[in-house]
Amino acid sequence: MSTLEIRDLQVSVKLPEGELKPILAGVDLTVKAGETHAIMGPNGSGKSTLAYSIAGHPKYQITGGSVTLDGQDVLAMTVDERARAGLFLAMQYPVEVPGVSVANFLRTAKTAIDGEAPKLRTWAGELRGAMEKLQMDPAFAQRNVNEGFSGGEKKRHEIMQLELLKPKVAILDETDSGLDIDALRIVSEGVNRVRETGETGLLLITHYTRILRYIKPDFVHVFVAGKIVEQGGPELSEQLEAEGYERYVAARA
Amino acid sequence: MTTEAIAPPPSTKSQVLRSFDVTDFPALNGLEEEWRFTPLKRLGELVTAVKLTGVAPAIEHGDLPAGVTLSHVDNADAVLTPFDRVSALAYGSADGVTLIEVAPETELAEAVVLRLVGKGGDAAAARTLVKVGAFAKVTIVLEQTGTAVLADNIEVVTADSAQLTFVTVAEWDAGAVQAQHIKLVVGKDARVQHVQVALGGDLVRQSTSVEYTGRGGDAELWGLYFADAGQHFEHRQLVDHTVPDCRSYVGYRGALQGASAKTVWVGDVLIRATATGTDTYEINRNLILTDGAIAHSVPNLEIETGEVAGAGHASATGRFDDEQLFYLMARGIPEGEARKLVVRGFFAELLNKIPVEELRERLGDAVEARLAEYTS
Ligand SMILES: Nc1ncnc2c1ncn2[C@@H]1O[C@H](COP(=O)(O)OP(=O)(O)O)[C@@H](O)[C@H]1O
Ligand SMILES: [Mg+2]
Repeated sequence: MSTLEIRDLQVSVKLPEGELKPILAGVDLTVKAGETHAIMGPNGSGKSTLAYSIAGHPKYQITGGSVTLDGQDVLAMTVDERARAGLFLAMQYPVEVPGVSVANFLRTAKTAIDGEAPKLRTWAGELRGAMEKLQMDPAFAQRNVNEGFSGGEKKRHEIMQLELLKPKVAILDETDSGLDIDALRIVSEGVNRVRETGETGLLLITHYTRILRYIKPDFVHVFVAGKIVEQGGPELSEQLEAEGYERYVAARA
Repeated sequence: MTTEAIAPPPSTKSQVLRSFDVTDFPALNGLEEEWRFTPLKRLGELVTAVKLTGVAPAIEHGDLPAGVTLSHVDNADAVLTPFDRVSALAYGSADGVTLIEVAPETELAEAVVLRLVGKGGDAAAARTLVKVGAFAKVTIVLEQTGTAVLADNIEVVTADSAQLTFVTVAEWDAGAVQAQHIKLVVGKDARVQHVQVALGGDLVRQSTSVEYTGRGGDAELWGLYFADAGQHFEHRQLVDHTVPDCRSYVGYRGALQGASAKTVWVGDVLIRATATGTDTYEINRNLILTDGAIAHSVPNLEIETGEVAGAGHASATGRFDDEQLFYLMARGIPEGEARKLVVRGFFAELLNKIPVEELRERLGDAVEARLAEYTS
């Protein structure tokens, strides 16, 4: 069983002039395979910074703390090594890659993650199945990655990758944002399928409680001003839905 | 990264000097609008001589399909009137004309592949004339390899309703120098797709001009270039819309890497007062992969009628998109492979215009191999 351990993580964003702006002020979090965690916090609190710095985005600089996956030092790995070690980030704003088809991209990614090319015979079916489950048209595979995708298509494409790549720990950054109710349901069903395997630890980052009606977290963490300020069970998200973040934000002021 | 977007010169491109006699053109000093980006020194004799005496590489080919002939003739009616000194020099110096004719209504499933292999030697000149008969539908590929110092004119005439895909590939050895003019004459309802690829050579300067002879003509000019350290690739188009209801599309894309890799793209489109209903668009995009590479990009659209169906241009030069790289790497794809995917993707639209799978794959692989020089 895999475990992601985040200890006292401190991260700054690199500003264009080279200065550092501190964002994460010591984050502690442990996510085990089979667990579902929700991180909830107001806009600008640093949720995406946490997600991106775990994935290794070059815009962020780690200034303190540690991140390990099954004891391995994640922060010492390159972005691709982290993914191959079993980390996955469903991005809030998936990036367009012109001229690269979804089919080519997914096969390349699958090959990289598994260390060998998927069997031709079974791969086509696996891909078709993954697309069907997320109610995506088969023609989708021939489109260029994220190019001209609607908000909902982008998010479905992210979750399709989650299902195909089978990571040990997945961070889903605002996967619910910009989705209509049908798309939210389809995407949530995908996440729940992954959850039910019991082999992936899930960290759902969200601003709203909406997605938590479809995906029930085991743990809820309230994230304000770059750190976790409260933790609890699913009841905490209900409380947040009723009261909002004001209590926590006000407490800091 | 260096980008230059320059305001078009005030004088119209339609008024330039045209002549078959090299001595009608003043000696070049590099300050001329058309030559200011070109390192004249490296063109050597192509700029200084009034006659070239080297032996031009011959066009080689396998068995030609029925309906296609290739012959060498002493002369042929001019299709292109040179509008610069090197083109006039090539005209005056070429030893006869290589004439490629496609009979009317010839339809070929397979491409006709012509190979020009430079074997070195003195600076030389060549002239090629391609005539595609009415309702013919063909793909002609011209591969240019080996080494040469060459000034050449290629004249392509498509009769009414002909459909020609013309792929020219400059994959010269290091040290080769070429100044080439291609003139495309598009018949009534004819459709010409030119795919111009420049990968190899020390200096390759290619001008393409387009003229229409009847309504409904359609010309697409696609270009793909990849300049490495020290290479100079220059592409100039002059699309002259004088006939109503014709269409043109110019799409050139380039990648550059290494110290003093330099590319120039100048796209001139003229829509004359007579050319109502014209539909045209031109776009150039450059991808700068390393420091020290320079891409010049100058679109120029002159419109003399208000009644156009569409007219536009765009130019963008940028660095490698780190967000694309991050996205691919975050899916486990190693950096080198991710870069290859992005660059191949950048060129995908152009490569897909080449209807010969084997060539398409080979050029895609060649682009990837070039990339590996800097990422490994
Ligand atoms: N490039 C940047 N320049 C300046 N500030 C930034 C930059 N990127 C992020 N930030 C700041 O970092 C903080 C956290 O951002 P983010 O992690 O995106 O928050 P969240 O995902 O919780 O909305 C915000 O205050 C944001 O303004
Ligand atoms: Mg965010």
